[in-house]
Formats: sequence, structure tokens, C-alpha cells
Amino acid sequence: MGTHIDSMIQEEMRQEIALSTSRSRRKKPVKVMTELKEKSPLKRNLQRAVLFAILLIGAISMAAPFLWMVSTSLAEPGHVFAESRTWWQEWLPTTFVWQNYVKVWSVVPFAQFYLNSIFVSLCITFGQVATSAMAAYAFARLNFPGRDRLFFGYLATMMIPGAVTMIPVFILLRHLGWIDSYKALILPGIFTAYGTFMLRQVFLTLPKELEDAAKIDGCSYIRIFWHIILPLSKQALATLTTFTFMGSWMNLMWPLIVVNTHTKYTLPVGLAYFQGVHGTDWTLLMAASMMMILPILIVFLFNQRFFVEGIKLTGIKG
Amino acid sequence: MKNGLKDKTKEAIAAYGFLMPNLVGFLLFTSIPVLASLGLSFVKWDLLSDGPQFAGLSNFAELVKDPFFGKYCWNTLFLMMAIPISMAGSLLLAIALNQKLKGTVIFRTIYFLPTICSGVAIFMLWRLIYNPNFGLLNSMIAQFGDMLGLRLAGPNWLTDEAWAKPAFIIMSVWQSIGGYNMILYLAALQGVPRDLYDAAEVDGANSWQKFWNVTWPQISPTTFFIATMSLIGGFQAGFDQAYIMTGGGPNGSTTTIIYYIFNNAFEWYRMGYAAAISWVLFLIIFAVTVVKWRFFGRAVHYT
Repeated sequence: MGTHIDSMIQEEMRQEIALSTSRSRRKKPVKVMTELKEKSPLKRNLQRAVLFAILLIGAISMAAPFLWMVSTSLAEPGHVFAESRTWWQEWLPTTFVWQNYVKVWSVVPFAQFYLNSIFVSLCITFGQVATSAMAAYAFARLNFPGRDRLFFGYLATMMIPGAVTMIPVFILLRHLGWIDSYKALILPGIFTAYGTFMLRQVFLTLPKELEDAAKIDGCSYIRIFWHIILPLSKQALATLTTFTFMGSWMNLMWPLIVVNTHTKYTLPVGLAYFQGVHGTDWTLLMAASMMMILPILIVFLFNQRFFVEGIKLTGIKG
Repeated sequence: MKNGLKDKTKEAIAAYGFLMPNLVGFLLFTSIPVLASLGLSFVKWDLLSDGPQFAGLSNFAELVKDPFFGKYCWNTLFLMMAIPISMAGSLLLAIALNQKLKGTVIFRTIYFLPTICSGVAIFMLWRLIYNPNFGLLNSMIAQFGDMLGLRLAGPNWLTDEAWAKPAFIIMSVWQSIGGYNMILYLAALQGVPRDLYDAAEVDGANSWQKFWNVTWPQISPTTFFIATMSLIGGFQAGFDQAYIMTGGGPNGSTTTIIYYIFNNAFEWYRMGYAAAISWVLFLIIFAVTVVKWRFFGRAVHYT
């Protein structure tokens, strides 16, 4: 902790120095600047070349595992094990075996896993966005007794790790007899403090005037919520929707805990099970993995700006 | 006056109406379970016997003496070595992206892929990449050796106790380097006032001096934010990858705290003990959060 304080003080000092330099040295002769500019083009181009090389190396190392995954998923089963492959055979199968992608669906109940994942993720996403938006509207725009205390309760639970609540929730679901049901997969995933918190922050920034005008016209709270608040926050809602969907699509631990028959498996658990029974069918495993990440990839490519905005939002507000 | 009061009541009723669905779920699946979990940490219960047996502080006493818990805490900390490495990489990539060279958007998209596609599919891919006989990494090492005329052989990444944790660190760096942190750094870099750089240039500062004296202090709130958030995440991390790639092995070398909680609760049905561990985990995270609040409050003026 001591080092933290030290570094903060140092930071503050650097800051002061930086600011005072910017203020006091502003009036330096312009000559220096032109001198600097004359020297720079070559150096600048070199610098840009180095940075571009960094970007390129980064991109290759990020993309390479994915390309290898695609190539493996299309290879003949024996191809993967061949020790005598040259480097380009590693990346480009000699024959493309599209059959791998078909076979996955018959080796394990992949269609069932897929449908379960779609159903569970859609329910969680819809439920979370809807209930969070409603609660956030109440917290941000309405006055009611106990509001601040309740909101503090929400905030306080945000730093509690999921590991703390998962054990009692499991016991609760077991008591209710809900283990191994869609209810157990979906319901606990819907109610998060995070969604409410994030949307409340966004709703707080909306201008009050529109709402007041609507109230004078005699609009009900439901109409204000539906026709004013929600349309003005489309971007934030889209962000929450994408993040929630991705989170539940990828979730492995919770389905593992509450589900134990194949027919209820979601994709992550189904894939883990697939690995357990066909652990060495690498071409099939890679084909199945490809099909699991494909929807996420599509969602990402079409909603990229929501990701970027969403990250900035959590980063600044958090 | 009478009308005003009526409006107020109407508003409160409407508010509770909007709040109700979320509040019920929140109470049922978050607030009450938090309290229940605290209660559980003082009992012994395997779900099969008649009911929970009160055990006082014995779960916590056992935890202090449990050599596995110590080992798994160490594993969790060791794997967090990925955090500074990946943060440095994220900053480097963000600086390169911030030069507004051609193709920035394409680069950003590619960097984001590993973060977007995290999860079981990617861990399976990396299990294959780390395969000692025909995985991508070892065949690249061997081919590199051939080029130099040497016989290089990569390690048994995931089955060798010495290499399993480094393997996980490499993978985490790959996964997180171009993701959230890079975007946050990019936003921070774009927020640094232009005239600070102009002033530094007038003073004859070179790029390196400009970085240390202008950029680094200006983006320090972001660095601090990312560091604390990564720490909070890091203490809770490591289940999915270990479950898919190593099963927590070899010899427990990739089992993290969260995996140990999972095993205690859902493999060995030691509900009380698992709850006790989860509360220790919570206290660690709470400490980090308090530090974050205390210092982030100050650092935030700088942005």
C-alpha cells in the first residue's frame, strides 16, 4: 500500500511538472519549432514503420491460432497426427474434408446443445435487459421512499464474487426441485446488479425536459419509459444486450453445476462432454469449436461499435 | 397540496412496480444467498445427511492448515503474472493504433478476436496447440530448429508441472492483450491534450521522454483502473481453462481458488467448507476494491 501512495505522489509531481512546462515554456521562440520540424520527416517515417511492424506482428500472432483452427477443422482425421508434414501442410490441408462439420451433428446431440444454448442465452438476455431497464428507470427517474438505501444495496453486491452466491443458489434450486431444468439455467442469470447499475448511469444523463413535457400532457410512467427513455438509450441497451448474450453463450460453470442430462446441455458443457468421450478426434473437436464461436463472431463483426462504446462506458463509469 | 401528495404516492407505486421484477430476483438470487453463504461457512453439510451441523469456526481453522488451499492461492497469484505482461502489450498496441496509420479498424478487429471468442472453444484450440507431438507450438519450435540446423523439441506444455502455468500465462496474454484493456488505453491516449505534446516538443523532448513525461502520467488513471480490475478478475479466474485443458493438473499445478471452491462444493459436497473459501476470496477482493476506491477517487481528477 505504501508503494501505491508513493507512486500516486510521484504521479502528481510529474503532472505538476508537465503542466508547468506547458504553461511557462509556451512563449519560447518559434525558431526552435521550425528547426525541429525540418529534422523530423525521415525520423517520423521510420517511427511509423516500426509501429506498423508492431501492429502487423500483433495481428499475425492474434490471427494465426484461428487460421490453424480452421485448417485443422477441415483436415482429414489422420492428417493432424502425421509427423512428416511440411510447414505449409500444417496450415493448408491437402484435401478439404467438409464432412467434419456434418459429422459433428451425428456423433453427439450437437443440434440439441445448440438449441439449448440459443434458448437459454436469448431468455437470459431478454430477461436481464428488460428487468434491468425497468429497475434502472425507477432508480434514475422516479422518487420513492427507500430509493437510495436500496440502490446502495445493489451497489454493495456488485463486488461480491459469483462464487459466494453460487453455492446457496444451488441449494435453493435443489430444494425447489429445479435442478436439471431450463429454469435453473436461466433464472439466476437474469437478475444482475451490473445491468441495473449501468443503465441507471445512462438514464441519469438523459435530459429531464422531454419527460416533464410528457408528464404535463398526462402520459403515464409506462408510456414515458417506453416512448422516451428506451428510444433515447438504444446504444446502451444494445451494448448490454451484446455483452449479456455473449456472457451466457460462453458460460461453462453454471450449466455444469445445475444440469446433468445430455438433453439439457448448453454448448460449452456439451463441448466439454464431447471432448471427454471423443478427446482425440481433433478435427471434429475443432469443427465443433468453430461452430460454437461462429455466432459470437457474427454478432461481434456487426456490432463492433457497441463493444467499443460499451467498454469505454464501463471503463469511465466503473 | 392534496393533489401533490397524491402524485407522490402514485410515483412511489409506479416506481415499485418497475422495480419489482428485478428486486424479487435480486433478493432471491443475490442478497439472500450472500447471507446464506455466510451462514453456511459456519456449518458442515454434505447435502445428504439430515441437515447442516453447526461447526463454529472450524471451517476457517481447517482452511488455515489446508496445504492445498495455500498451493492453489499461490497458483492463482502466479497466473496473475499475465496481467502486467498483457497490460504492457495492450499499451504498446494502443500507442501503435493511435498513430492513425492505414487499416487501424482492421487491426483492432483482429486484436479483439481472442477476447470475443474466449471460452470452451478457445481452450480446446489451445489444448491442441500445446499438444507435445503435433501441436502448433511444438511443430513451430521444431521447424525453427530445422532452419538453424538444430534439433529443438518443445516441452510437454500441459502435462509437465514446470510448464503448465507458463503455458496458461502465454495463452492469457494472447487472449487479453488486444481486448478491453487496449480499447481503454486507446481512449485514454486520445484524451491526452495535444498541447502537452507540443510543449514537450518545444522543449526538445524525444519520443521516449514524451512518453515518460507526458503520456504515462496522463494515462495513469487508466493504468490504475485496469490494474485493479484485472486483479479483481484475476483472483476469481482460472476455472474454465483448467477444467477444459488440464483438469486442474498436473499434480494440482493449474488449480486456482475458484476451481477449489467448485471441487469442494460440487464434486465433494463439502458445502460449508466451500462457502468458507468463497468468503476468504470475497475478503481479498474487498481489500483490492477498497484500495481502488481510495486511490481512484484522487486519480480521477487528472482525466
